[in-house]
Amino acid sequence: MRDTLLSIRHLSISLPQGADRDFAVEDVSYDLARGEIMCVVGESGSGKSMAANALMGLLPKGVRATAGEVVFDGQDLLQLTEKQHRALRGLRIGMIFQEPMTALNPLMRVGAQIGEVFEAHNRLTPSERQIRALELLTEVGIPQPEKAIRAYPFELSGGQRQRVMIAMALALEPELLIADEPTTALDVTTQAQILDLIGDLQRRHGMAVMFITHDFGVVAEIATRVCVMREGRIVELGEAREVLEHPQHDYTRALIEAIPSNAMPAAREADQTAPLLEVRHLQKVFRSRGGLFKPSREVHALDDVSFTMARGETVGIVGESGSGKSTLGRCVVRLERPDSGELLLDGVDLTSLKGESLRRERRRVQMIFQDPYASLNPRTRVGMAIAQGPIANGVDRQQALKEAGDLLDLVGLGAASAERFPHEFSGGQRQRIGIARALALNPELIVADEAVSALDVSIQAQILELLEDLKQKLSLSLLFITHDLRVAAQICDHIIVMQHGRIVEHGTAEAVFLSPQEAYTRELLEAIPGRAHVLATA
Amino acid sequence: MLYARLIASRLIKAVIVLFMIIIFNFFLIQMAPGDPAAILAGEAGATDAEFLRQLTERFGLDQPLHVQLWRYVSGVAMLDFGFSYRQQVPVLDLILARLPATLLLTGTAFVLSLVLGIVAGSLAAARVKKPSGSIIMALALVFYATPLFWVALMAVVLFSVYLDWLPAYGMYTVGAGLEGFAFALDVGKHLILPATTLALFFMAIYTRMTRASMLEAAQQDFVKTARAKGLKNSVIQRRHILRNALLPIITLAGLQAGQMVGGAILTETVFAWPGIGRLMFEALQQRDYNLLLGIFFFSAALVIVFNIITDLVYRLADPRIKEAS
Repeated sequence: MRDTLLSIRHLSISLPQGADRDFAVEDVSYDLARGEIMCVVGESGSGKSMAANALMGLLPKGVRATAGEVVFDGQDLLQLTEKQHRALRGLRIGMIFQEPMTALNPLMRVGAQIGEVFEAHNRLTPSERQIRALELLTEVGIPQPEKAIRAYPFELSGGQRQRVMIAMALALEPELLIADEPTTALDVTTQAQILDLIGDLQRRHGMAVMFITHDFGVVAEIATRVCVMREGRIVELGEAREVLEHPQHDYTRALIEAIPSNAMPAAREADQTAPLLEVRHLQKVFRSRGGLFKPSREVHALDDVSFTMARGETVGIVGESGSGKSTLGRCVVRLERPDSGELLLDGVDLTSLKGESLRRERRRVQMIFQDPYASLNPRTRVGMAIAQGPIANGVDRQQALKEAGDLLDLVGLGAASAERFPHEFSGGQRQRIGIARALALNPELIVADEAVSALDVSIQAQILELLEDLKQKLSLSLLFITHDLRVAAQICDHIIVMQHGRIVEHGTAEAVFLSPQEAYTRELLEAIPGRAHVLATA
Repeated sequence: MLYARLIASRLIKAVIVLFMIIIFNFFLIQMAPGDPAAILAGEAGATDAEFLRQLTERFGLDQPLHVQLWRYVSGVAMLDFGFSYRQQVPVLDLILARLPATLLLTGTAFVLSLVLGIVAGSLAAARVKKPSGSIIMALALVFYATPLFWVALMAVVLFSVYLDWLPAYGMYTVGAGLEGFAFALDVGKHLILPATTLALFFMAIYTRMTRASMLEAAQQDFVKTARAKGLKNSVIQRRHILRNALLPIITLAGLQAGQMVGGAILTETVFAWPGIGRLMFEALQQRDYNLLLGIFFFSAALVIVFNIITDLVYRLADPRIKEAS
């Protein structure tokens, strides 16, 4: 019954010398049948995309397949010349990528970029190509396709760009579609739509899909079969349902358990003492500066936002991109100045402070950023990066450096790492440095803006645990900004749902998750990948 | 519509900037040492105070500064740049007589350096880590590092003196009385050496920049997308990598284009090319203030014009900045 389209046999791909291991993938074998969706799951560095790149002939420089074969419809792709390989790409094998922002040429119209696929394989006349491009854009569900075809990528949203990528990959009706983390960079509702679209197109065209992801929620949503990879080797391979319900290997089990949504929020007790932070009627409007003849444009990033937060509490701010959640966080740490409204920290209005008094109060509210690498100066030693805050606040240099060492101990990195530079650490370790930096000033409130979004799930779980632990130990309050409801469910006492700069719903985590009042919240919850599976097994 | 607005707003700003440049230049010249009347009188061999006073009066140099400034600014507004003290000819006539020669020289050099630089840079980027790519980059480095006047002299020695292929100096053969096509051909022959010499330096810069910019663009995700479509490598290089790599080059080309009036003094001197650069040099030596101010004005105006053109070209090349200011 199985009609095998792709068969990978004992594939090994070597990394260039000096890499942290010799092989990107080692002795990997799996089959892919027509009409099935195979999810290749693994964390970053597991080599999960390498086999796909090898079969596309798109391996990075210095990386080579050294053993095994990749048989596609009877021919070994590793033996092809570049010319033969090129003839296959786009025609019989299509591929979509993770970053819809950068995967399209910013200087070419969407229609022209789709038309290129036909041009590359000498199909159709230029005008027929545009007609087909329009049909494809319609099929992938872009709103106003006749307008989108003339648009440049920057004029489209992330989800729309990913639809364009899919239209491009489908242009010549390939037999195999490779999707390399296609939904990772998207909002949760957009992600659900794109997953639907891929599943739908797969059924309609009868393609085989190789879907590369790090997210078991996505696996539960879409996969017929799963291949779990770790450090270049296959850990587990089998039917999706089988793997999800009865994982054989500890690593698979750990990955599935690390999906935060498996833990529905437990009822928590918050002490109802005087509020630490009171936000009243906050307004923030961004205006693009008009020119001499140009009207200015306004975006309401915050529209009458009010809430209070008790000492020792964790409040989650959840929303999609453009909801104003990050602006709120930046206003609370006063990186941004709100247009009107009050921000009372222990009764002190942060919005009215200026100059020296603001500088003194800043100590009390600290921030952890999303990208732990971009937020650390690459040429400053980690210990110094942590100590700079206290030094600026008048702590003696030697003393501050010593305390930086203690903090690194506290976040589990060890005081010795103070002498190293940021690039010597992994993503999760860097986020620990970011946390230590935020703690260095003994803040009462920490604003964490998407602090775990860039991390692998297992690392994510560790960082969340660390935050929870520190919060207890140091009696901190935490304002946790995230687009990921599963993460919010795991760590927050209260949840605020934002949309278009307004608070849509505000309640205890339990209430928001189990009995959401607003349609938008329900929409967000339903869009969580793998939710149906979780509820079924819970 | 959008462009019309943009150009209008830029032109208004340009007029303001030009006005400020005129005033600034005027005071700059006033601060320079040397009295033009004294120099003129000295060259005429006259030393008596009366002649000097007459000269000073005739050129309005005896007036208070603000009157001189007002006369000058209102004159410029009517395109009257005054008389050259030395040559007794309106400044405008002098400049307009020399401008075509300079624009021909620098314009040719500009196009030559841009085209050859981008071609050489693209080739070098496509042949990175191959010997042919390294040779291109080595040549670019040599052209970049060698002083312009030395290249010019060596070119004259080789092509004019030794091989006798091309004329060594001037813009056309004096006294030949050529007309029409024959004249154009004659000028073209005279143009080759100075234009190439002038182009070499910028060509080297364009080559290096194109290469670096293309290598960077080649790392972008959309290049992988293009490969996944099955496009030919040459198409990817040209349509995806080069187009994106050209953006910083446009910026640089705009800067170079702005230098077209004043940037060729050295070349014009070595090849005795009758251009603005030499006119400026002579004016400077003779303290011919009005002429100098006129040349400054034209240089500044050209810089501003090319800034506006660069802006427009940039907008055509990169749709993303249509909205931004």
